[in-house]
Amino acid sequence: MMRKVYIAGDNIVNSLGFSTGEVMKQLETGATGFMFYNDPRLAQTTLPLSLVDQRILHSRFDEILQKRHPELNKNSFTRLEKMFIVSIDDALKNTESNIYGSDSLLIISSTKGNIDLLEEGMKEFPDPKRIYLWKMAEVIGSFFGFVTRPLVVSNACISGVLALSTAARMIEAGLYENIIISGGDLLSEFVISGFLSFQALSPEPCKPFDIARKGLSLGEGCGTLMLSSKLKKTITITASGSAISNDANHISGPSRTGEELAMAITKAIKEANLKLDNVDFISAHGTATLYNDEMESKAIGIAGLRTAHVNSFKGYWGHTLGAAGVIESVATIHSMESDMLFRSAGFDEPGVPVALNVIRKNASTQVNNSLKIASGFGGCNAAMVFQKI
Amino acid sequence: MPDHYFITHSNIIRKHAITRDFNIDPNNEIFVNFVTFIKALYKKETISYPKFYKMDNMSKLGFLGTEMLLRDNSFFDRYSKEEIGIIMMNSSSSLDTDLLYNQTIKDKSNYFPSPSLFVYTLPNILIGEICIRHGIKGENAFFIFDRFEPQKILDLVHLLLDEDRAQVCLCGWVEVLEDNFESVLFLVEKEKRMKEFQLKNEYSSFDIENLKLLYQNKK
Repeated sequence: MMRKVYIAGDNIVNSLGFSTGEVMKQLETGATGFMFYNDPRLAQTTLPLSLVDQRILHSRFDEILQKRHPELNKNSFTRLEKMFIVSIDDALKNTESNIYGSDSLLIISSTKGNIDLLEEGMKEFPDPKRIYLWKMAEVIGSFFGFVTRPLVVSNACISGVLALSTAARMIEAGLYENIIISGGDLLSEFVISGFLSFQALSPEPCKPFDIARKGLSLGEGCGTLMLSSKLKKTITITASGSAISNDANHISGPSRTGEELAMAITKAIKEANLKLDNVDFISAHGTATLYNDEMESKAIGIAGLRTAHVNSFKGYWGHTLGAAGVIESVATIHSMESDMLFRSAGFDEPGVPVALNVIRKNASTQVNNSLKIASGFGGCNAAMVFQKI
Repeated sequence: MPDHYFITHSNIIRKHAITRDFNIDPNNEIFVNFVTFIKALYKKETISYPKFYKMDNMSKLGFLGTEMLLRDNSFFDRYSKEEIGIIMMNSSSSLDTDLLYNQTIKDKSNYFPSPSLFVYTLPNILIGEICIRHGIKGENAFFIFDRFEPQKILDLVHLLLDEDRAQVCLCGWVEVLEDNFESVLFLVEKEKRMKEFQLKNEYSSFDIENLKLLYQNKK
C-alpha cells in the first residue's frame, strides 16, 4: 500500500496577487491580469503580458528579508529569486517548523531561471554563478534553512507538473516526509523574443479553446505547493496519481493525434484508482495556440473525458512556463477547496476538433476529483490527479 | 525492492577517451573545439541521421552517445516504446545555447532571433530528439544538478522502475558548455526481463558504488 500524499500549503504570485486567496478572489470577480506593454526592454512590439507588480514584490521581499535575514543585502537577490522567496514564505506559514529536517526537500521548477543575468544591465550583479539553476535553487533553499540539497526540474512547459509528480512519488516511496515544490519563471526579452520568432503570441489576451484563438499570451509568476505524508490543510486533498509521456513526433509541435497525452492521462487516473465518470474538473494546459488546443481536445476525447468540465487558467494570467504547472495546480486545488468551477477566460465559441465541456460561467458545485494536464516543447506530456477525501 | 536492477550498458564520451561498456578507447586526435570533435565522431560512427546537423551542441552530444549506447545490444527487442523511461541531467541546463541565442537579440540593429535556435534553449529537447529518433513514448524527465549525483540518480530511477512506470531506464549526464563537455549514459534494466531474454548476468548492480565507478570509467 502506497503512502498517501496530502496538500499542506500553497501560494500563487502573479499579476493578480501575492497569495492564493488574493489571486482567486480576482477570478471570482472576473478580472484578468493582462496589460498591454510597449517597452523595448521586453519586446520590439506591443503585446499583452501578465507581469508581477514590481513595487509590491520588492516591498514584500524587503519585509521577509528584514524578518529572516537582516544581515543580507537585498541587492544580492535577483528578481526571480525574490518571487520564489515571497511565494515560498507565504506557502510555509503554519507549517514551517516541519521543513528543517533531512526528511524535507525543496524542488525548484523553472525553464529559464535567472536568464535576465545575461542582459547588459545585469553585468554588475555580484554572483554570476546564479545563472545556473542549481545555484539559484541552492540560494533559495539555504534562505529558508533546508538542510537537504534542492532538486531542480527543467523540462519545458511540463516542468511544474513534472516537479509535483516527482515530489508525490518521492513521498509515496518514503524518501521524504515533506516536499515544497516551487515553480517560477520571469518574463524578459529572451523568452518573449523567442516566442515572437515562433509567431506563437496572440496580439490580444489569449483565448484558449476558442475558434478565434490567435496564439498564447505570456505571463510571469511563481507558484508553491507543499506536499506531505502527514500534514494537511482543513480540507483534505491528496495528490493520488501521475504520469509522464513523450510524443516522439516533433521538438516544437504537439502530437497530431493526442494519443500520448491521452496515455499519460489514462495512467494517472488508473494510478489514482479513479473512475472516469468521477473526474469533475480538468485544468487543461490550454495555451491557446492552434495546435496545442487541438491536440489537447483529441487527447481528452481519447481518454474518455469529453463530458468533464474543462478550463484553462491561462486566460487569466497567461502562460507562466516553468511556473504554469504549479500555479495552475494550486488554482485547481483552490477550486476543490471552495467547490467552485472557474470559467475559462477568453472562451466564447468552441474551436477545437473534439467538443469539450469548457466552463463558460463560474459555478458553485462539488469538485472532488480533478486532473491537471500539461504538454511542452520536446514532445513532453504530464498528467496529475488531485482528490478530495 | 521488487526486483534487482543492473547497469547493463554504458557509453562515456569525454575529450580524451570514449568508453563503451567499460572498454576505454583513448582519443589521440588533437582537440580543436567541440564542434569539430562531435562532427568527426558522428562521421566515424557512420550514423546517418540528417537531423543531427540542426541540433544544438548538447543534443548532438547526447544523441550521439545514445546511438552508440543502444546499437548492437538488441535493446528494442526487449522493450516496447512505452516501457522505456528516460532520465537526463546536467549542470548548465541549455546555457551553451542560451548564450548563442542571446547574441541574436543583443544588438537591435542586427536583430535575428530564430525559432530553430530558440527551441534548443530548453535542456529536455535532447530527450525529445532521442524519443523522435526511436519512437520512445515512456516517462521522461530532465533534472539539473551541480555535479553527477549517484544518490539522486538512484532515487529517481527507482521511482520509475519500482512501481513499473518504466521497465528500463535510459539515464545520463550530458553536459556541454562551450568546449567543456561530458556525456555519461547508461541503461538500467530489471533482472526479470533480462532473464526472459537470456542475458547473461555479468553486469554491475545498480547501486551508488557502481555509479561512482562508472563515472570514473572503472568497472
